[in-house]
Amino acid sequence: MNNIPNRQAICDVLIEKANTDKDIVVLCSDSRGSASMTDYVKAHPDQFVEVGIAEQSLVSVAAGLARCGKKAFAASPACFLSTRSMEQAKVDVAYSNTNVTLIGISGGVSYGALGMTHHSAQDIAVMGSIPNMRVYIPSDRHQTKCLIEALLQDQKPAYIRVGRNPVEDVYAEDNVPFEMDKATVLAEGTDVAIVACGEMVRPAKEAAELLREKGISAGVLDMYCVKPIDKEAVVKAASKARCVVTVEEHTYIGGLGAMVAQIVSAECPKKVKNLSLPDAPVVTGKSQEVFDHYGLNREGIAKAAEELLASL
Amino acid sequence: MENLTAKSFALRQDVLDMIYMAKTGHIGGDFSVMDILVTLYYKQLRVDPARMDDPDRDRFILSKGHSVEALYAVLCSRGFFPKEDLKTYSQYQSKYIGHPNNKINGIEMNSGSLGHGLSVSVGMALAGKMDKRDYRVYVVMGDGELAEGSVWEGAMAAGHYKLDNLCAVVDRNRLQISGCTEDVMAHDSLDQRFGSFGWHVTHAAGNDIEALNAAFEEAKSVKGKPTVIIADTTKGYGVSFIENQAAWHHKVPTEEEYQLATKELAERRAANE
Ligand SMILES: Cc1ncc(C[n+]2csc(CCOP(=O)(O)OP(=O)(O)O)c2C)c(N)n1
Ligand SMILES: [Mg+2]
Repeated sequence: MNNIPNRQAICDVLIEKANTDKDIVVLCSDSRGSASMTDYVKAHPDQFVEVGIAEQSLVSVAAGLARCGKKAFAASPACFLSTRSMEQAKVDVAYSNTNVTLIGISGGVSYGALGMTHHSAQDIAVMGSIPNMRVYIPSDRHQTKCLIEALLQDQKPAYIRVGRNPVEDVYAEDNVPFEMDKATVLAEGTDVAIVACGEMVRPAKEAAELLREKGISAGVLDMYCVKPIDKEAVVKAASKARCVVTVEEHTYIGGLGAMVAQIVSAECPKKVKNLSLPDAPVVTGKSQEVFDHYGLNREGIAKAAEELLASL
Repeated sequence: MENLTAKSFALRQDVLDMIYMAKTGHIGGDFSVMDILVTLYYKQLRVDPARMDDPDRDRFILSKGHSVEALYAVLCSRGFFPKEDLKTYSQYQSKYIGHPNNKINGIEMNSGSLGHGLSVSVGMALAGKMDKRDYRVYVVMGDGELAEGSVWEGAMAAGHYKLDNLCAVVDRNRLQISGCTEDVMAHDSLDQRFGSFGWHVTHAAGNDIEALNAAFEEAKSVKGKPTVIIADTTKGYGVSFIENQAAWHHKVPTEEEYQLATKELAERRAANE
């Protein structure tokens, strides 16, 4: 049982890299605890900026730092970061093309029963709709580490969403296949292609195993790079299979499923079933209870695949 | 030293030409801010078109991005790009669009949505402190712009971090789109507002280059806090019928108005030469 949340993995990489890279600056908006950045602040107080509860300023200040040569990482709850400061992300980060990584923590429905103010079930749609903004939702702590290391190598704007709770590993510590902006193929299949991101990757992988036991061949793609989406991987997996299932912790509007459906309908028409959250405040509960409620779990994914196959 | 007051009227003519040709632009705010920009670019800013990536260059942000025509005219006159380029302003496929864009030589940040520049300048000033570089950061805001809450997030952070390498200028022309600022959303307590956020506040006649320059010098001498210069300007300054008229925020002159304005600007220029 893994007990290291992805946000901690981000902090660990930044602590280590900031030892030698003095241009790294982390910014928080009274969010250092929730972002698991407390250790970073202790280790690198001179490479940290607190802006107070002021998410718009958080993003603009990060952009100003970046424009002066800093590698800015602004960490704040995804719900506030992706909507309160959307315009700052659009203008000061994406449009001005500054080297800012926006880290949306406790994303999706991580905050469970706290309600819709604290959910960010529309951040792919919001951030993804901004030209020059990339959107990443890593699936486990190992991939998160690879992603942050890769982002430190480039100078471009990005938005990352990670959840609050530790999630089970998808990859083994010593074997993390990772290529920037390429989906990771977890399984190949001829009946159904499952495309998932973030916390949905692990149940997608387990669903494929469940299906295999029933004689159904399921492929699984970890699409941590939601934008730029790995179109080639989608076309390849969908072409091989008879239908496609997408899974995401996001509404069906403008999310991963919508993007995959656009690609599949244009390139290799097949039925595509989107498993997602509704266009409504979600049911009250812990995030796992919310997932279970909407069928965003191993059984739900397998069932959706079987039903889709049966409908063909 | 060439006569900068005369120059500022000549640059207003460039603005008038751009707007008249393209049939779009924000002439009132351009004319109001022109002397602030001329003072900065001719007397204060350490910037050099030959070394635009110099890490020690001073940074400037036009937060009231709609006054981009004035910025274009000044950057062009300082040699950041050829005068030919100004003819493409707002034309099909031109990079000289109606708001600042950092694809253009000399422009640091994109703006156009009001209320961003101050916080961005805070980031730039913080970077300067971190790297122990002695560049200064300047940002110009409109007075109507100050109604944006994000401005005060930036003001708070600048005060908190005691950013004495940061100087903000408010183009206090007392007008915004819908009329007088004091009717739309009052700002007459700016001294107290900025003061209570930990700023040094000073005033200057905003269409007087010598007065502005003195205020910038004062700002440089203030240690331990950021400075804001409330520049008392006249919106539309330089052309009698454009001055102090809310309607001239983004009105385009007719041919007759263009001729009249051209004549007046030439007279103002000559009177100062
Ligand atoms: C966030 C935002 N809201 C509205 C506008 C539209 N707008 C452009 S200029 C302007 C008035 C600006 O008034 P002021 O700041 O006083 O500028 P100036 O008088 O110097 O032209 C408005 C509302 C904008 N550009 N950005
Ligand atoms: Mg005004």
